[in-house]
Amino acid sequence: MDSDLITMDDLTNEEIISLLDDAERLLPVAEGTEYLPLLQGKLLANMFFEPSTRTRMSFETAMKRLGGDVVNLGDVNSSSAVKGETLYDTMRMVDGYCDIAALRHPRQGAAQYAADACDIPIMNGGDGAGHHPTQTLLDLFTIRQAHGRLEGLKVALVGDLRYGRTVHSLSHALARFDCELVFISPAQLSMPAEIVSDLGHSGAKITETEDLYGAIPDADVIYMTRIQKERFPDEDEYAKVAGIYKLTAADLAGAKGEMIVMHPLPRVTEISPDVDASRHARYFEQAFNGVVARMALMCKLLGVDVPRGDA
Amino acid sequence: MSAGEMRRVTAINNGTVIDHIPAGSALVVLQMLGISDDRASPISLVMNVPSSKHGRKDIIKVEDRELTQDELDRLALIAPKASVAIIRSYAVAEKREVTIGTELVNVASCTFSNCITINPREPQDHRLNVVKTDPLELRCRYCGRPQVMSELIGNLI
Repeated sequence: MDSDLITMDDLTNEEIISLLDDAERLLPVAEGTEYLPLLQGKLLANMFFEPSTRTRMSFETAMKRLGGDVVNLGDVNSSSAVKGETLYDTMRMVDGYCDIAALRHPRQGAAQYAADACDIPIMNGGDGAGHHPTQTLLDLFTIRQAHGRLEGLKVALVGDLRYGRTVHSLSHALARFDCELVFISPAQLSMPAEIVSDLGHSGAKITETEDLYGAIPDADVIYMTRIQKERFPDEDEYAKVAGIYKLTAADLAGAKGEMIVMHPLPRVTEISPDVDASRHARYFEQAFNGVVARMALMCKLLGVDVPRGDA
Repeated sequence: MSAGEMRRVTAINNGTVIDHIPAGSALVVLQMLGISDDRASPISLVMNVPSSKHGRKDIIKVEDRELTQDELDRLALIAPKASVAIIRSYAVAEKREVTIGTELVNVASCTFSNCITINPREPQDHRLNVVKTDPLELRCRYCGRPQVMSELIGNLI
């Protein structure tokens, strides 16, 4: 494995499975029922140049549960970025301060750029509309937890497929495990052509449609996403598609029993609160799984073996 | 180059001849190579001449300058099939190939408006990965976006 995680291409399928196994082993540590200070003495830099709740907090939780510590960039408006400091200079400084860094940035390609500037491992926590591979690890963990496997599932990805970096990384990974992908979006938010082309070349079976409700009965996973207002060039374009998909408990009546509904969160109106109580809802467990997935990843990147079985 | 084509341009004593440039691209090639019209020695430029291989082509002759392999490799972006001859004392002393390799470093900057490299103060190299050579397909090393060739010409460094 590379010493950074920028896109899912940095991991082989075997490495993904190994990380998911490590994550599973770390569940009691994340739940606080076992103390396992594997990363004691290690310092994580949380470099979030864009708002984040779950990703930033779960990185911090993961490091602290494993006995390490965290320094945060803090509010980007009070950092040197507003004084015009380049990402290169900021990351060179962090390279000296810390042992590993998680980076989120509004510009696409920022994570690879930072990785080229630093010796410490860089974890991409989201770069513009590019990639979000640590989210993909926790998504895969959640899917495997529910279905007992990754291979051969039918996964519907719904909503903002154009700007949604979580679905970009996830679709690449799912294709590698021979999943069938159903891309559901309005035309103006469809999956970028280069991603569809790459997936097609890798032999993935893909369907593109605007119809969410017709896809529900056959799906093993419905992965909802928020229409991201902040990525639209203007308000009018956003207004045309805002609220286009709304999943309710009644819509799930014809779904397979083991089908799960996922969402990277935050949600706005795309999943009705009445879905929360259904057996299909997995988005809160999914958010929790961010802790174990990131624990496993940091151990791997820092060269620390996770003991299997009882520690 | 046939004898007929040769008559269009004067033979040079020393320098570089770049042949088989796609028709209409010679001015961009000069821009890419950083060859401007304020130099002391002449530059001969012939555009849109008939070519048995490519239908139409451009030719450039740069006197008193031997282009380096690094300079020539930049040509691959717009003239991947160009043939290059180094001339010494009116004779072809060397023939050089244009090769593109796997990456273009500091030849052009990414055309995507939200790429991290769009900030001119970011100091690291501009890197474009060569995904395919025929037809040429490039993607930014950082943001991964495919590059549209017509836009990339405007981003030459």
